[in-house]
Amino acid sequence: MTSALLQTTSAGRRRRDVGMRGVLLIGTIVALVPLFLVLFYVVKRGIGAWSVTFFTTDPTGAFLGDPGGVKSALLGTIEIVLLASLIAVPIGIGVAVYLVEYGKQSPFARVVRYFVDVLTGVPSIVFGLFIYIVLILGGGFGGFAGWKGSVALALLMLPVVTRASEVVLNTVPDTLREAALALGSPRWRIVFRVVLPTALPGLVTGALLAIARAAGETAPLLFTAFAINASNFDLGKPMNSLPLQIWNDVRQAQDRLVERAWGSAMALIVLILLLTIPARILSRRSRTA
Amino acid sequence: MASAATPVERGRPSFGRPRRARLPDEILKWVLTLLAAGILALIGFFFIRLYGEAHLAFSKFGWIGFTFDNSWDVSKSVFGALPLVVGTMITAGVALVVGVPVAVAAALYVTELCPRRLRTPLTILIDLLAAVPSIVYGLWGVFVVIPRLRSIEQWFSDTFGFLPFIGGHVAGPNYFIGGLILAIMIIPIVSAISREVIATVPTDHKEAALALGATRWEMIRMAVLPYSRAGIMGAAMLGLGRAIGETIAVTLVVGNAPEIGKHLFDQGYTLAAVIANEFGEAAATPIHRSALIAAGLVLFVLTLAVNAIARYYVVRAERTGTAAGALPGVTVTE
Amino acid sequence: MITVKDVRTRTNDEAEQADATPIAAAAPADERAPVERKRGHTISLRDLNVFYGDHAAVKGVDIAFAANKITAIIGPSGCGKSTLVRAINRMHEEVPGGHIEGEILLDDTPIYGDGVDVVAVRRAIGMVFQRPNPFPTMSIFDNVAAGLRLTGTARGKNLNNIVHDALRGAGLWAEVKGRLEKPAMSLSGGQQQRLCIARALAVRPEVVLMDEPCSALDPVATLRIEELLTDLKERVTIVLVTHNMQQAARVSDVTAFMLDGELVEVGDTEKIFTNPDDERTEQYVSGKFG
Repeated sequence: MTSALLQTTSAGRRRRDVGMRGVLLIGTIVALVPLFLVLFYVVKRGIGAWSVTFFTTDPTGAFLGDPGGVKSALLGTIEIVLLASLIAVPIGIGVAVYLVEYGKQSPFARVVRYFVDVLTGVPSIVFGLFIYIVLILGGGFGGFAGWKGSVALALLMLPVVTRASEVVLNTVPDTLREAALALGSPRWRIVFRVVLPTALPGLVTGALLAIARAAGETAPLLFTAFAINASNFDLGKPMNSLPLQIWNDVRQAQDRLVERAWGSAMALIVLILLLTIPARILSRRSRTA
Repeated sequence: MASAATPVERGRPSFGRPRRARLPDEILKWVLTLLAAGILALIGFFFIRLYGEAHLAFSKFGWIGFTFDNSWDVSKSVFGALPLVVGTMITAGVALVVGVPVAVAAALYVTELCPRRLRTPLTILIDLLAAVPSIVYGLWGVFVVIPRLRSIEQWFSDTFGFLPFIGGHVAGPNYFIGGLILAIMIIPIVSAISREVIATVPTDHKEAALALGATRWEMIRMAVLPYSRAGIMGAAMLGLGRAIGETIAVTLVVGNAPEIGKHLFDQGYTLAAVIANEFGEAAATPIHRSALIAAGLVLFVLTLAVNAIARYYVVRAERTGTAAGALPGVTVTE
Repeated sequence: MITVKDVRTRTNDEAEQADATPIAAAAPADERAPVERKRGHTISLRDLNVFYGDHAAVKGVDIAFAANKITAIIGPSGCGKSTLVRAINRMHEEVPGGHIEGEILLDDTPIYGDGVDVVAVRRAIGMVFQRPNPFPTMSIFDNVAAGLRLTGTARGKNLNNIVHDALRGAGLWAEVKGRLEKPAMSLSGGQQQRLCIARALAVRPEVVLMDEPCSALDPVATLRIEELLTDLKERVTIVLVTHNMQQAARVSDVTAFMLDGELVEVGDTEKIFTNPDDERTEQYVSGKFG
C-alpha cells in the first residue's frame, strides 16, 4: 500500500516535460545554426581571396584585369572607427559620469537618461542621413569625407557607451565614495582616482563592444564617407572602408570582385572578433575579481 | 577698549576651502553637465534638421499623403510611402514571429535547463550572432538562403495557397527572406535581455513550484514565465525596434520593389532599404532627396514609438516587482 | 496477487474519498465536518549523510519521525537542520553538487533510488519555506489550486472544495473567503505564509516539512501558525525546523537536537528541555551557546 503513496506522475505530464525540454533545446540549436552556417560560408568563400596582395594593394577600380586588394578599405575602416571612438568614448563616459555622480535622479538627469535611451533605438541609417544633412548639405564643410563618417559612427556609439558605462559606474559601491569623501577628498579627485579606476574593466568592455558594433556598420557611411579606391590618411577627404568596399564589390558581375567582397567580409569579421573577444574575456575576469 | 581680534576668533578653524581649490570641482561639474545638455540639444537639432529637409516632400504630399499613399514612383516624382511602411511592418513582423520564440527558448534553455558547464559557452555563442556585421548577413542571405529555400518556399506557397497572404510565385528575394534574416539578427539582443530577466526570477518561487511536485517544465511554466513575462515583452519590443531600423541586410534580400506585395513570397521594400538604395541617384533631385529624408523621419518616429512601448513594458515589470533591469545597448555584464 | 494496476485503482478511490472529506481544522464547531482520521505516515532516516560536493553537512543521522506527531529539529545556525530537511523532500539535489548517502524511507518505501519519481516524492512530502513565497502573479485561489492543477486530479466543483478546505486547514478561510480572486501579494506576511501552508496542504501530502516557517513573521502571526500546527498533525506528520527553542517547547511532541551536522539527541520534548541525556543538549537548551 505504501508504494501507492508515490503515485508516479502521469505519462502525459512526463511526456510534456520531456517534450517541452526538447523544444527548448531545439530552439537553442536553431538559434545557433545560422551562426555556424554564416561563419563557415564566409570562410569558405573568403579564404581564397586572402593573400599578401589582398592586404597590401589598393583596389584598382579596373573592371578587367587585376582588381587589386583592399588595403585602402582596411586602413579606412581602422581610421574612421578610431576617430569615431576618440569622439564617442570620452563623451559617452563623461555623460555617464554626470548621470551617476552628479545628476543622479534629478529631473534634468532623468530627461537626459530618457533621451539617451531614445538614441539607442535610432536606426543607423538615420544617423547617416542626419550627418549628411548637417555636414554635407549644410555646406561650408566640403563634400564627402572620412571624418564625417566618423561623426556619424560616433553618434551611433555614443548612447551605447553611455548606457553601458552608466551600468558599470553604478556597480562601484557607494561605500568607496563615502570613504573618500570622509577623508576630505574633493569630488573630482574621487571621480578620477576612485570611481573610474574601479570601473575601468567594465568601461573598457563597453567601449570595445561599441567599437565592434561601429566597425560593422555600413549604412551611416553610405552618404558620408563615400568610397574611393586609393589609400589615404586624410580624413578630410572621401575614404574607403571595408563595409563600403563589400557593398560595391558584391554588386558587380565579375567573379573576382565578388570573391574580393567575401575576402573583405572575412577580414571585417576577424576585425570585429579581435575587438569582441578580448572585451568578453575582460568582462568575465573583472567579474570574478 | 578695543583689542585686536578676540583670541576665540583667531583660534577658530576654517572649514571653507579656498576658492582656488574648489575650481576643478566646479569645472568638472560644468563640463559634464554641458555634455549631458549637449545630448538633449543634439536630439532637438536632429529633429529640426531632419524635418527641415523633409519639409519639401511633406508639403507637397501632405503628412498623411506621404505616409499612406500607395505610390512610390521615382520617374514621375510621386512619393507615397505606403509600400515602404507596409514592407517594413511585414518584414519586422516575420522577424518577431520567427525570432522571438527562438530567442526566448534559447534564453530559457541556457538559464534553466542546460548543464552548468555549457552555460557560458552557449551564452557566448548566442551573443556572437551580434558580432556578424549586417552586410555579411545580407550577403549570406543572397548567396545561400535565397537559392536554397526557393523550392521549399514554392512548395509551401502551392500547398497552402488557400491561406490569406500565401500563394503566388516565389520571387527570389522577398518579404519572407527579409524577415528571416532579420529574425536571426534580433536573436542575440532578445535572448540577452530575456536571459537577464529570467535570471532574476527569485529561487524562492522556483523552489515553491518544485516542492509542490512540479516537473521541470511545469516549474518554468508556473514560476519562471509569468514572472518574466513583462520583461520578455520589453525584450521583444526592442528586437522589433532593431528589425524596423535594419538597412543593409534587408535591402540585399527583400527585392526592392516599391509595391505592396500580395503574398509573403513577393518582393517588397522597406523604409530603410529605399533610403540606402536610392540615395545615390537622389542626391541631385531635391524632391526625391526630400522624400527619402521624409522616409527617414517616418522610420525614426516608428522606432521611437516601438521603443517607447518597450520601455513601458520594462517599467511595468519593475513596478510589479517582477524586475527586468537590463535595457538596450550593450549588455556589458553578460 | 495484487498488481500495480490494482494498487493504483485503489489509491484513486481513496483519493476520491479523501477529496470529499474536508480537512477542516480551525473552523468553528458548527462548520466543522466529521474529520476522518487517515492512517499516519512516518519518515525514517538511516545513516543519512548529506553532501555539498565533497563536504558532508549532515553526518550519520538515524531517526524516525513518528506518524501524526510534530517533531522539532533544533540546533545552532549551521548545524545542518535545514540541509537535513531539504534532503527529505529531495530539494537538496537541486543545488549543484548536492547528493546523499544512506537511506530515507517514507513508511517502508525508499524515496531515493532508481525508479523513484522525484516529482511524486515531492507531492507526498510537502514543504513550507522560511520566507512566504506565494506565486506573485496568481490570485489567492490560484495559489492554493496550483499544485492540484498540476496533477489534474480535481476539476471544477471538486477543486473548489479542496481549495476551500485547504484554506480552512491553514486557518486563513475566514480572512479571505470573500476575495479569493484577489492577488496573493495583497495579503500580509503572516497571511501569505498561511497561504503557503494551504497550498502545501491542498495536494494532500503525507508529511509536511516546515523550515523555520515563522522566522520572517511577527509574534502575532507566529502564534497563529503555532496554533494551527497542533490541529494539522491530525492529518499529516510534521517535521518542524526551528531556531526558536521556545517554539519547539510549545508546539512539538518530539524534539531532535543537532550540532555540527550530527544528531546529538532525540526524545520527548519535555524530556529534552527538562532532563536531557547529553550534556551538549543540556547546554544548548539552557542557552549556554547557540
